[in-house]
Amino acid sequence: MCPREIVVNEHKLDPILRSDRLPHIWCPGCGLGPAMACFANAIQESGIPVDEHVCVSGIGCTGRVAGYLNVDSFHTTHGRAIPFATGLKLSNPDLHVTVFSGDGDLFAIGGNHMLHAARRNVDLTVICVNNFNYGMTGGQLGPTTPYAAKTTTTPYGNPDGPLNIPHLAAALGAVFVARWTVLHVRQLQKAIAFALQKKGFTFVEVLSPCPIGFGRPNDLGDGLEEMSFYRRQSVVDDQAPLDSLEIDMSKDSTLVLGNFVDRERPVYQPMGTEPPAHRDRSVIYQPADPEVKAREAL
Amino acid sequence: MSENEEDRHVLTGRHFMNGDTACAEGAMAAGCSFFGGYPITPSTEIAERLARRLPEVGGVYIQMEDELASIASVLGASWTGARSMTATSGPGFSLMQENIGLGAITETPCVIVNVQRGGPSTGLPTLVSQADMMQARWGSHGDYPAVAYCPASCQEMFELTVLAFNTADLLRTPVLVMADEAIGHMTERVVIPDKSAIEHVARKRPHASAMDGQLPYESDGSMVPPMPRAGRGYRIHVTGLTHDERGYPATDAATHDKLVRRLAGKLTHFAPEIIKVEEVQLEDAEVVLVAYGSTSRSARHALTMLREEGLPVGMLRLITAWPFPGDRIAQLAERGCQFVVPELNLGQMALEVERNAHQSITRLNHAGGITMSPEQIAEAVRETMSCAREKSWSMSIS
Ligand SMILES: Cc1ncc(C[n+]2csc(CCOP(=O)(O)OP(=O)(O)O)c2C)c(N)n1
Ligand code: SF4
Ligand SMILES: [Mg+2]
Repeated sequence: MCPREIVVNEHKLDPILRSDRLPHIWCPGCGLGPAMACFANAIQESGIPVDEHVCVSGIGCTGRVAGYLNVDSFHTTHGRAIPFATGLKLSNPDLHVTVFSGDGDLFAIGGNHMLHAARRNVDLTVICVNNFNYGMTGGQLGPTTPYAAKTTTTPYGNPDGPLNIPHLAAALGAVFVARWTVLHVRQLQKAIAFALQKKGFTFVEVLSPCPIGFGRPNDLGDGLEEMSFYRRQSVVDDQAPLDSLEIDMSKDSTLVLGNFVDRERPVYQPMGTEPPAHRDRSVIYQPADPEVKAREAL
Repeated sequence: MSENEEDRHVLTGRHFMNGDTACAEGAMAAGCSFFGGYPITPSTEIAERLARRLPEVGGVYIQMEDELASIASVLGASWTGARSMTATSGPGFSLMQENIGLGAITETPCVIVNVQRGGPSTGLPTLVSQADMMQARWGSHGDYPAVAYCPASCQEMFELTVLAFNTADLLRTPVLVMADEAIGHMTERVVIPDKSAIEHVARKRPHASAMDGQLPYESDGSMVPPMPRAGRGYRIHVTGLTHDERGYPATDAATHDKLVRRLAGKLTHFAPEIIKVEEVQLEDAEVVLVAYGSTSRSARHALTMLREEGLPVGMLRLITAWPFPGDRIAQLAERGCQFVVPELNLGQMALEVERNAHQSITRLNHAGGITMSPEQIAEAVRETMSCAREKSWSMSIS
């Protein structure tokens, strides 16, 4: 068969992407492209008018997502996406505000904001791309770098343990907590679309290859090889105990994925002149309702 | 908005209130609808007052987890079209610096109040100082426009807060109110005028609901591009990276130079409109006191005392520290005036006076913790007069 040129004149994501900014800056094999595509698809799937979506990013390779999406988008400072988004949302509750940022941005320098936005249950969706390192600055140790992993600042192996992000998000009060990889595009897109529609602080962790900063130094190979690793080693278990979700990334380790938490808590309301309504003590964690799953909502 | 709600914005009448409260009332009168803050002495009363007042008019008060979050939330709120502010003191002001730069490069109007206390570090939490004046100008990295007002009374805490919001919208940039503990905590009469008498500078908006080919960061010759708001279909991109007129990152030298020159140039362009000073008996003055904030109150007393002694003394009171009235200083220097600069720091605005006067000046400094007494200032003026003109003086008070 002789090679044929395939010309694509339009794509269904054209209205959601700033095509005049493409190609993007990401490396070959990077997982950020598919992660962004899942978000863009989820925006369409959510049924929420595109003009009501706002995307806020911090700084990092992931932080560049805001700049490629054709929605009102804010590329802020390292770690401060969540409080910036909080200001937008509280000042105009009609907006649907999503924070799209990296593991370092959201859980190291910006960790405190994650803590308090989740505690308040501000109506935001936070999507965290976890690539196990600081990609943008060239592959340094981050808060999710697995124990003993090699980075440019842990040349002898990481002495720190990684954060178990879904466990933390759930403990902080997030009303929806999921983890998928960029290989699981259908599930990821559905989880994001669900998170966008659900009121309150919703959180999705996205495992994503950074072949430059993390894959190669840790014998995971290039982007494609890390994708096969995700395929081989992933286990979907919505009911998995949250404290079992720590990630190791060693050759035979498992990656537990799923929609781990789906619950209701009163959504943050700015103070009015009347006393706030009485709140029952919040239930820390409640596995996804089997009936909801049966509806294949996710 | 109901008649009643409107009334709650502007508490028209005569009041006896402290400076921090007057500042909060200035914000209310200016139509501020978002406050994100974190308590810190001696600014806390501003937050406390707004926590009561904003809910009365449907505004948002939120106590954030720290000052990094406070300023970030204030910038975010501004992009919805709201007038937003925060208030803090030295340690919190230090934490806010990075995002003050984000506000400058993304041209996000907002107001930041710093009720100065003694520093560095935790320093003197409850006591007065004026030692953040240079930080106000240069605290965030890079070149950017800085506007800072220096209230010297509770009445000015009200008025200059209103003005700060107007200037922020005029220039599309963060504006600082650099108060000090003595002014924040003193209580005096504050007259709040009728709503109709309160000036309101509207933020410049793009014409159509969509940008219609208009670029979001295209200066329309006025140095200040119109500001779209989120959620109105503009599909804006706002970034702290150097960006072109579409708002897209463009990190090359030419774009950077052009952008930074325009941003910093706002200050020179608008300086004649923004610079505010009070001139006291300068007509025949041979010695000019340059003072601001609480220190200017002592300087005014000193001036009265010295005039009674027959000495030709005047005062140039800085209402804006930034932009600095350098031309006025130069004129006075040309006329042969000597300068005495009392301030509660080790000589910050004195540098600006010296730089513009092209001559040595008398500095009167104390690191903070106590307001300067009129007698100390008077003495510095007397010594300056009795000394040979070219001799420079530096005095410290212990
Ligand atoms: C205050 C501050 N400190 C450090 C940096 C440098 N920096 C830029 S991105 C980054 C790490 C980003 O890591 P992550 O959030 O995981 O994003 P990724 O690049 O991996 O997607 C760092 C340390 C910065 N921009 N600002
Ligand atoms: S450094 Fe890593 S995260 Fe950044 S673009 Fe390259 S592969 Fe992606
Ligand atoms: Mg990362």
